[in-house]
Amino acid sequence: MIAAQDRKLALWNIGVAYIAFLIGTLCGLLQVFIRNDALQLPSWLDYYQILTAHGVLLALIFTTYFIFGFFVTGMSKSLGSFGPKVLLYSWIGFWVTTIGTVMATVMIISGEASVLYTFYAPLKASGWYYVGLALVIVGTWISSFALVGHYVVWRKAHKGELSPLFAFMTITTIIMWIIACLGVVATVLFQYIPWAFGWVDTINVELSRSLFWYFGHPLVYFWLLPAYMAWYVIVPKLLGVKVFSDSLARLAFVLFILFSIPVGFHHQLTEPGISNFWKFLQVVLTFMVIIPSLLTAFSMFGTFERAGRKNGGQGLFGWFTKLPWKDVRFTSIFVAMAFFIPGGAGGIINASFQLNEVVHNTMWIVGHFHITVGTPVAMTFMGLTFWLVPYLTGRKFSKVMQKLGFIQIITWTIGMLLMSTSQHILGLLGAPRRTAYTGYNNHPSALEWFDGILTNHVTMAVGGSILFLSAMLLIYIVVMTMFLSPKAELEADFVEFPMADSDKEHTPKFLENWWIWIGIAFALIIIAYAIPLYGMIHHAPPGSEGFKTW
Amino acid sequence: MHLHKYEKIWLIFGIASLVVFLSVVGISAFSHGHTPAGGMDTIDPKKVNETAPFDNPGVTQLDDDTYQVAIVAMAFSYTAPELKVPAGKEIIFKVTSTDVVHSFTIDNTKVNMMVVPGQITTKSYTFDKPGKYLILCNEYCGSGHHFMSTEIEVY
Repeated sequence: MIAAQDRKLALWNIGVAYIAFLIGTLCGLLQVFIRNDALQLPSWLDYYQILTAHGVLLALIFTTYFIFGFFVTGMSKSLGSFGPKVLLYSWIGFWVTTIGTVMATVMIISGEASVLYTFYAPLKASGWYYVGLALVIVGTWISSFALVGHYVVWRKAHKGELSPLFAFMTITTIIMWIIACLGVVATVLFQYIPWAFGWVDTINVELSRSLFWYFGHPLVYFWLLPAYMAWYVIVPKLLGVKVFSDSLARLAFVLFILFSIPVGFHHQLTEPGISNFWKFLQVVLTFMVIIPSLLTAFSMFGTFERAGRKNGGQGLFGWFTKLPWKDVRFTSIFVAMAFFIPGGAGGIINASFQLNEVVHNTMWIVGHFHITVGTPVAMTFMGLTFWLVPYLTGRKFSKVMQKLGFIQIITWTIGMLLMSTSQHILGLLGAPRRTAYTGYNNHPSALEWFDGILTNHVTMAVGGSILFLSAMLLIYIVVMTMFLSPKAELEADFVEFPMADSDKEHTPKFLENWWIWIGIAFALIIIAYAIPLYGMIHHAPPGSEGFKTW
Repeated sequence: MHLHKYEKIWLIFGIASLVVFLSVVGISAFSHGHTPAGGMDTIDPKKVNETAPFDNPGVTQLDDDTYQVAIVAMAFSYTAPELKVPAGKEIIFKVTSTDVVHSFTIDNTKVNMMVVPGQITTKSYTFDKPGKYLILCNEYCGSGHHFMSTEIEVY
């Protein structure tokens, strides 16, 4: 078991993550019922407030805290206990992020920030909402640098050695995150905050959108990479084998530093102010980032086949039946991966330049979200939670919990299949995203959208309700394993941290020479962004004043 | 770095697929002109109503085969008189906003334009079939976002 202080830090992070998860999923439940006109909100609450809370709390807060809880545990496990400085800065980071989260949440609840988690200008929220978001980011930077410090200490003590795979991947994710956040920090500090507090009158809207999406796409990789870490490092251990290939795993991760950032324009394909050349260049770069995911898919199925054959699986597919399906830690993550196949394919469609017009800002995108971050990432985190929390608290994970865990992931799967399939089809038909209940004055086209077997108002609500029940079951499991389950006393009752061995003898050393990857990453960013951003600043139209249209 | 033979096959297949996809997209875009909505023209968001073509929003015939439709989006409506355009002719939509970001999206077509204050979004489209098409805003713009819609008639 790792040091008590490190466990406490990790548990606080996971605790906040699940508080956000609880409120965020409740908002989701309300949304599906408002959208099918079964629920009228009281006058002091509106759909877009709930939508903002759902997005911020689940996509930003739940993910970020859980990721840090996972990183802290894994870094302590693989590199040794944190020193006092690392602990101190981790706690400062935690509290700064938490203060920011509370500020942003209060602003949302009080109706001062119904601007959604993308907060596109010139919708103008209270300045304190932007300050809150800035603190969230700054807090993650402080926590990130604490982990980097821990890593640097280890590297100095182990000259010439490659770091353990978990630590390598954590540092990769952090490097990507810090570079990615530069965009959102720039726009929030230099554009939104001065404008929201009235120190300047206007804002350059197109620039703010581009800086946001410079951050917005790598943000999704910040969610995905920790899930990939679980797939690469945790899953092989659950299967009783080693990491498929240490060098390929590291290569895939450094490719994410390079290609996950200079791609933000693929979120802005249907808007003015960016010429087709730059849009298309970033589309090409977006397709590059598919390559490390292809590497990952191969490694995963390679791992499964090795493990299945080791357990006596015969023939072309016999190994598949020999996987540990009765282990909820494995099955949950397997389902998560399976969802990423259509999720990733949908992403390729969305990024395909003019094809984006068919789906941009439709319900399809909402469906896409829910089978990328909403299941592959979230269900991987659930699969980690089942052992991570009892590992940190030293409590048992009983047979009953294992069963509840299965019910939880099965219900999440069913709910998500219903809801996301419905959303995808609705989007193709043309139904817009981010809208409260509306029939557009009973326009025949709008009525048609909701007339299908899967695309009616009931399917989404049923899916959403099942998802909410599943979420509450997960909260129950978390509360039990965090506070109430009996303490493990016998050796066999202790839950382990399943970290697979990884042969790094043949791994090239240059993979851990960060300056190479940071250098190439910045070169690509400059190529993809310098000229279009320069154009946005120097050929800017008169700026926009703020509007509060809610 | 060792690559398994099957992994090489998989990666070559994967990367080749990506190259094919990108080629299809790229050729369609740059040699057939199938590019998404966009444009580099700017406008003062406070002076939209005095700036051509938005000082006279609606349908204008440019020549025998081309029509221009100028639209001003604002929370939560589109300023344009009755929209009627012919099928089979090129329609050039030009849209801008006087306040926040909106979209100008025509249901059942590929017209799906982001509308950004300070910028003019342009999209050329030819309707195949006559009928009444729903136009809606699919970018969140405030409490009345879900009521922001209008209609275009294609004859």
